[in-house]
Amino acid sequence: MYAKVLVLRFPPDIVDKPIITNLVRSYNLTFNILKAQIFPRKEGLMILELRGNKNDYDRGLEYLKRIGVKVEPIGQSISRNEDVCLQCGACTAVCPTGALHIIRPDMEVVFDSERCSGCEWCVKVCPAHAMRVTFDRHMEEETSISQGSS
Amino acid sequence: MGFSRTYEEINEKIKSGDVVVVTAEEMTRIVREKGEKKAAQEVDVVTTGTFAPMCSSGAFLNFGHTSPPIKAHRVWINNVPAYAGLAAVDIYIGATEPAADDPLNRIHPGLFEYGGGHVIQDLVSGKPVRLKAEAYGTDCYPNRFVEKTLYLKDFPNATLCNPRNAYQNYNCAVNLSSKTLYTYMGVLKPKLGNANYSTSGCLSPLLNDPLYKTIGLGTQVFLGGGVGYVIWHGTQHNPNVPRNERGVPKSPAGTLMLLGDLKQMSGRWLVGVSMLGYGCSLAVGIGIPVPILDEEMAYYTGVGDDEIVTQIKDYSFTEPEPLGEVNYAELKSGTIRIRGKEVPTVPLSSYVRAKEIAEILKSWIKDGRFLLTKPQKYLPGSSEPKVK
Ligand code: SF4
Ligand code: SF4
Repeated sequence: MYAKVLVLRFPPDIVDKPIITNLVRSYNLTFNILKAQIFPRKEGLMILELRGNKNDYDRGLEYLKRIGVKVEPIGQSISRNEDVCLQCGACTAVCPTGALHIIRPDMEVVFDSERCSGCEWCVKVCPAHAMRVTFDRHMEEETSISQGSS
Repeated sequence: MGFSRTYEEINEKIKSGDVVVVTAEEMTRIVREKGEKKAAQEVDVVTTGTFAPMCSSGAFLNFGHTSPPIKAHRVWINNVPAYAGLAAVDIYIGATEPAADDPLNRIHPGLFEYGGGHVIQDLVSGKPVRLKAEAYGTDCYPNRFVEKTLYLKDFPNATLCNPRNAYQNYNCAVNLSSKTLYTYMGVLKPKLGNANYSTSGCLSPLLNDPLYKTIGLGTQVFLGGGVGYVIWHGTQHNPNVPRNERGVPKSPAGTLMLLGDLKQMSGRWLVGVSMLGYGCSLAVGIGIPVPILDEEMAYYTGVGDDEIVTQIKDYSFTEPEPLGEVNYAELKSGTIRIRGKEVPTVPLSSYVRAKEIAEILKSWIKDGRFLLTKPQKYLPGSSEPKVK
């Protein structure tokens, strides 16, 4: 299973085409739209998470580029709400990179975002919901500006 | 045995500000350096602490009579069902009750985003909750439906009452099977991927009084950030398990039933939790003072992580017998060996917060705000102290 959050920019002439439907039908991909601003005859913008096997994913991306969609990866990162974190350690069971690890003997659970791969395991596992997915600040601003102007 | 002091003497010292209080972690060092004889003379009280999900928790709430009155038959708070089989507007909200529309484990592992534990945390954090009550209507209670928004202060009574907390020791959980398990002991990766444990070790309340010589019915404790009491032994309390030469149980043993005024408590020490694939629960902060009545109590509270063992249990139902025994110093080191394999260990109980509780309780006692109470009745399995 391969998954990535992408920013898609649609030129005005193809905004009306059933592009996402094609991705699902012809490339076996599933998606989760996180944000979309699409208006007829205007440039459209969509942030979505695409999932599927790596092969299908690559072919799907090729298809998007071929028809003129601009594809950019999103700056997505994982952060920890320090006020909410219980310092328990449950997340260290699943963190594959050691970004979440324990300093011994004090047993302090630290989060080193430099080592985080963004797999999101901890987001589901943290009992206190302290781990969150956040999007690139720059991206967020851009989308909220285009939202404001529409 | 030589040295001894009474509860009354300790309380006098608390009132005069002369009391010497140390945390259980500090006591371990003191006893190791100076011996229990000297430690007993120097230290009056040892504070313990634990902070971990404790499923057998919940609160009795009285939501106040309505006009016209209602005899609530079915009740939801923030869409989490509460038990209403009590008098008119008395209910019990249990920590593990998921929201009524929770998808549970239909898509495994379920997230269990919100449940009874979260309702309790919202209440003590000063957030409003939405209460809905249905009734069948009687001559004396004609109202059939109530819906209202309430803050904790609007409930005439709110009492945290936890049937089983503060387990004296608990298993170390592993998974021998080839698929990931989602359990109340956290995520267990296949083929001994990790070993999870949930005890604060040398800081844990009942491990510092292994034979229940001072902790009993009526013992005043730190509970959820407020003051609470031991009101009975907890459910599944079982003192009759194998113990080591120090009297410390080698597997889950004693438990406590705790009660306290919810209105004193805080969202820092009662935290609603979601355990992936298992359900909702409540992380409860508990701290219990242990009076150093004699050298024996100094000896017990001097227990170190390396002197407390637990059993490694397979949670995949592959191997019913324990896979071995491990002590808490080994568990805290980060890896243990099981069947020749290096296995990373994972704590579920917050040691950092347990220590913070022991420190808070220490300051309460030092400031003269918290006195020690002698048990009115000892727990089953207690070797009661002799009358002095
Ligand atoms: S599981 Fe969550 S609460 Fe526990 S240490 Fe990790 S981030 Fe903090
Ligand atoms: S997202 Fe993955 S790598 Fe990053 S901290 Fe969470 S579990 Fe570790």
